[in-house]
Formats: sequence, C-alpha cells, structure tokens
Amino acid sequence: MLNIKNLKAKVIENDELILKGINLSIKKGEVHAIMGPNGSGKSTLANVLAGRPDYEITEGDVEFESKKINDLPPDERSHLGIFLAFQYPSEIPGVRSFQMLKASIDAKKDYFKEKKLSVREFSKIYDQKVKDIGIDIDLTKRSLNFGFSGGEKKKNEILQLSVLEPSLAILDETDSGLDVDALREVSEGVNSMLSKDRSFIIVTHYQRILNYITPDFVHVLVDGKIVKSGNKELALDIENNGYEKIISEVSN
Amino acid sequence: MPTPDSISRETDLSGIEYKWGFSTDVETELAPKGINESIVRLISKKKQEPSWMLEWRLRAFKHWEKINQNHKEPTWAKVKYPPIDYQDIYYYAAPKSMTDAPKSLDDVDPKMLETFEKLGIPINERAKLAGVAVDAVFDSVSVANTLDDQLKDLGIIFCSFNEAVKKHPDLVKKYIGSVVPYSDNFFASLNSAVFSDGSFAYIPPGVKCPIELMTYFRINTEGSGQFERTLIIADEGASVSYLEGCTAPFRKTSQLHAAVVELIALDNSEIKYSTVQNWFPGTKEGEGGVYNFVTKRGKASKNSKISWTQVETGSAITWKYPSVILQGDNSVGEFYSVAMANNYQQADTGTKMIHIGKNTKSTVVAKGISAGKGQNTYRGQIKIMPSAEGAMNHTQCDSLLIGDQCGAHTVPYIEVKNSSARLEHEASTSKVSEDQLFYLMSRGLSEEEANHMIITGWSKDVIKELPFEFALEASQLLKVSLEGAVG
Repeated sequence: MLNIKNLKAKVIENDELILKGINLSIKKGEVHAIMGPNGSGKSTLANVLAGRPDYEITEGDVEFESKKINDLPPDERSHLGIFLAFQYPSEIPGVRSFQMLKASIDAKKDYFKEKKLSVREFSKIYDQKVKDIGIDIDLTKRSLNFGFSGGEKKKNEILQLSVLEPSLAILDETDSGLDVDALREVSEGVNSMLSKDRSFIIVTHYQRILNYITPDFVHVLVDGKIVKSGNKELALDIENNGYEKIISEVSN
Repeated sequence: MPTPDSISRETDLSGIEYKWGFSTDVETELAPKGINESIVRLISKKKQEPSWMLEWRLRAFKHWEKINQNHKEPTWAKVKYPPIDYQDIYYYAAPKSMTDAPKSLDDVDPKMLETFEKLGIPINERAKLAGVAVDAVFDSVSVANTLDDQLKDLGIIFCSFNEAVKKHPDLVKKYIGSVVPYSDNFFASLNSAVFSDGSFAYIPPGVKCPIELMTYFRINTEGSGQFERTLIIADEGASVSYLEGCTAPFRKTSQLHAAVVELIALDNSEIKYSTVQNWFPGTKEGEGGVYNFVTKRGKASKNSKISWTQVETGSAITWKYPSVILQGDNSVGEFYSVAMANNYQQADTGTKMIHIGKNTKSTVVAKGISAGKGQNTYRGQIKIMPSAEGAMNHTQCDSLLIGDQCGAHTVPYIEVKNSSARLEHEASTSKVSEDQLFYLMSRGLSEEEANHMIITGWSKDVIKELPFEFALEASQLLKVSLEGAVG
C-alpha cells in the first residue's frame, strides 16, 4: 500500500538535505517501527509522508495505494487515508475537537462526492469513540489541545485517529513525554485500531512503546537512510546496546 | 430648486469577491451636490419636518461650518485618505418612489424589495418567520418596516427616524443629541445637519421586546453621502436586542458614511446592540470603498446595561468607537469587537467607557485581524471619574496578523481618578502559524477552511455574543473577507 523509492527530501528554508534515499515498502495491515538516533530524519520522514510544506522532495517517489502522492497537499493525502499523529499537536484556540473532526469528515465526504453526515449522526460516532479511547468528556469541550497536558494531547491524537479511520497511520514519537500510565493508555488505543486493512508506521526513539505495540518490522534510520531492518528483536538489541553498535557495524 | 435626476451607474463585478456589490437601478431623487444652509432646509422640507427639527439641524450646520473652517476633520486616528471634498457630495438622495411614503409593502418599488431579498434580508412575511422586525434603509431612507401587531400591542415603537420625528416628537425632542450632542465631533455635527433617515425604537417601561429589531442599511446611489441616525430608548426595566447590517455596491469612487447612533438605557433596562458591518471595502488595489465615520454612544442609567457587539469586515476606512457613559450606579457597559483589515483597508476602532456611577462595570474584548496591507488600530479609553467608587474594567485586546505587510496597533488610554477602581488590561499579538495550518490540513481541511477555522476560533469570544443567525453570517463574512489573504 505504501512504496517509498529512493526518497530524498530537504528543508526548504535552508536547503539542508535530511532524507538521503529512503526505500521502504509497507503492505496492508503491517506495523513498521522506524527507530533511530536524534537527528536521523525519523520525524522528517513522518512529516514528508503527510505533506508538510516545509520540506521538498528532491528525488524519488512516494506511492500510496499505487498513486504517486509526491505533490499532493496534506488535505488530499488525508482524504486518501494517511494520518499523522503529531509529536507536538498544535493548539487551536476557540475550536473544539468535535468541530474540527466534523469538518474533517465533511471535507472527506465532499472529496469523494458522498453524502455528508448530519451533526446527529456524527455525534453518535464521536461520543462512542470518546468513550472507547477513554478521554475525559470535559476535555473535548475545551479548545483543541489548548492547555492540554502532554498525555492529553497524545490521547486526543489517538481519538482523531479512531474517528478518521485512516488506512495508514503514522505515529510521530507518540510515546515522547508520556508517563508509564499514559503510554499504556495510548498504546491500548492504538492496539484497538489494529486491523488487517490498516498499516502503521511508528516513529520512535525508544523501544518502550514497542513493549505495548508489537511491530512486524523494525527499521533503523541513520543520517537519512535506513541502514538496518529486522523484526522486533532488533528493537531490543538497540535497547540493550544503543545505536552506536549499529552505526559502527554499518560504517565498517 | 433641485431637479430630480436619474444618474447612470457603472457596475463592475468582474474579479471581485464582494458579492453584495451589485447596484440597483431605481430612479433616485437627488438634491444638487454640496452643502449649505439651503440644502439643510431642503432636506428638512423634503422630510416635512416640524420647525424645531429644522432649527436643530441649522444649529448643527452652523457648528459644523465653524469647525470645518477652523480645524477641519479629526486627524488623530491612524488612517490615511485623500482629502474629502464636502462640496462634491450629494447630501440628499432618495429613491424616487419614496417621495410619497408608501403605505404598505405593496407600494414599495419591487426593485428595492428585490434588492433586500438578494441580500437575504427578510422584509416580507419571512421577517415574521425569522422572528425579527426589520427596518430596511435604502440610501438612508427607510423603505420598509415590518413591525407587527404583537409589538404594537406591547407599546413598542419601531419605525423610521422621519416617522418618529412626526409621530413621536416628544420622545425625539427629549433624547436626540442627549448622548451625542450635535457639537460632539466633526462627523456627528455633519450628520446632525443633514441626516436623512434612520431607525427609531422605543421600548416602554417593563417591556422585554420579544423579538429582535433589525435595521438593514444599504447604500446604492453613487457619489452620495450616507447620514443615518439611530435612536434607541429602553425605558425603565425594558430590554431590547437590536441588530444592524450594512452593505454597499461595488464602486470605484469612495463613499462617505457618517452615522450617529444614540442609545438611552433608563434605570434597570438593557440594550444589546449588534452590528455586522460589511460596507464595500474597496478593490484589492485600494480603489473606492466606504469611508465609515461613525459616532455611537450609549448612556446607561442606574442598574442598566448597554452591550455593543460589532463585527467589522467592510469599509475602506473605519473610524468608530461605540462607547458607554456609565452614569447610573451599578450600570454595566460591554464592548465586543472583531475588526478586519485586509488589502488596503484601514480600521481605527475601539471604545470609550466613561465610569461616573458607583460600582459601574465595563468589559472590553477587542480583536483585530490584519491581512494584506491592512492596518488595524485598537483605540480605547477607560475613564474612571472621581465619583465612580468601586468601578471595574477588564480590557482584552488581541491582534492577529496574516502575512508580513499588515499592521496592528494598540492605543489604550486609561484615566483613573478614583483609587478604589480596579482595572485590568490584557493584550496579545499572534500570527496564524504554519504549524496550526498544517495540523488542520493534515486532518483533511483545505487551506482556506483551515484558516477560516483558526480565525473564527480566535474570534469566538466576540462572535458568541451575536444572536445566532448573525453569528453565522459574521463567520461567513470573515471567511469571504479573507479570501486571497493567505497563501
């Protein structure tokens, strides 16, 4: 469902090349973990896949469901089924999560020329998801992410994930800044979304989220390239020996 | 004597998003251009006014002439515009079919009714369904009023200003100029001399007006100045919610609009005044547009409340400070405002809260959005007089910038003469961030929708003060006014 071929991308502002030839293929229902040291390009990869305008693809292709999406704007990628759970979700004063998600679903229905959901129909779905994810109902009445704790923000991302039901979910360091309980809750939310029709990319620095969510594949990103791929054992190896070992293996 | 004249108009709607820009081809009666004593007399005569009204106009005119000779217009506002030639303006323009006042809607020129229909203003049976009473003002002349029997039975008066002068002279005489004297300022004096029409509302003691009263102002004639007066009186214990909407056709020449609004809230009464101002803002290149110089002020007696809410998206220039004189003890004044300046628009707007009575309380929430080359200034005065024991004010003043060629300015004046007063002033300036935009777009919102959501969310504290239908309209207007401002 996702094919990344020799992907190179730079930061537009300073021309710095971050992704230096990524090759990755993901099939339906697979869970891939992308690990790597700080500054290796993990988050950039996540953001480039979602279409963040700060980056420019200089070479290579991203194909999603057999369609080249290099030049698609973020909203269109969302309609096609790509979802990015942000490392730092933005605060939007005066906008509630319900309102934003209703607009998201409306825009998607519009895109596929389908009938929009009524507020009542959408309410039903939304309320159920809020219950499933275990979000405090009061939180949903506040402005989006405004004054939320780190854990609340990440949970809110998972709520959006479950309402939007994407076919590819990219979690960008969703585990960062979470305490043990919040990490478990967020992971449970993700696990409840696993399905044979939905693929996941879990971008993380640490192995610990993978104790809760079992990846089918683990890739190690170093300096803008995938230098090693394996199964979840690879993640444990990194946990025990650090990234240094892999980096020195590769450079030899 | 002036000869009735039908002037030709150009309508050019190509390439602009201002969808209220159409003009209506109705025959118009115009007095010759320019202002002098005989024009003032002519206007009064056309309106068949009693002599006291004419006298008042003439006093105002004399006063205006004096300031026009000496100091001219006020120049302290942060707005720039070419000098206005006051002798090159029509001071009297009226739809010809109104020369003999229509007895009912059936007598109103269908073209005018069509105009209001096109604008979505219900002035026929739909008004009743929508739960509002509407006064439709076309080129400063009230052309239709939908006051129904229910309101009449309650003793509520809601009519055109001209009608009030004739039918309720005691009320008009007592209150006209009592809050905004004709000598108040340049534009108020001008208005007092040549005002053509406007709205009048009176709510008798103890009556809560059950529906919203609405005046819809439409400028049509080219080159004519617009001078309406609104006078609203809430008698003791009464309450009323009043809405005001404004649009004008697309014209490449600028139009002067100088209105006066006076609110009188007697003891224990409440007046809520909401405005959605969408006069033609001028072209993207800064040609034309309405110069909106408006004096709005209310006087609040004991335990009464006056609340101004405004969403200002139109006009090339906005010069407007809806204010409250908190005269009675425990009176409350509120000002909620969103002002937008896009392209070459300039807005200098804010409020004055004058605390005189004990334990008076005021709240100011002013939000300015600047985009394109727009310049937005908040100018506000909080004045606590020695008598205002225990007065309180909270001011919140936020600016939002879109792009890097616009400006936001904040000019608060605070004057405190009673040490028991408590004042708070908060201010912030922010930009629509790339992060916010990307966040919403990654959820499937188009760039335009994302911007709109961020901006209406940011303006929510003000928009939620508007009556429901108006809130929707205001939100849509913000969207339309910002088209092309981003990206």
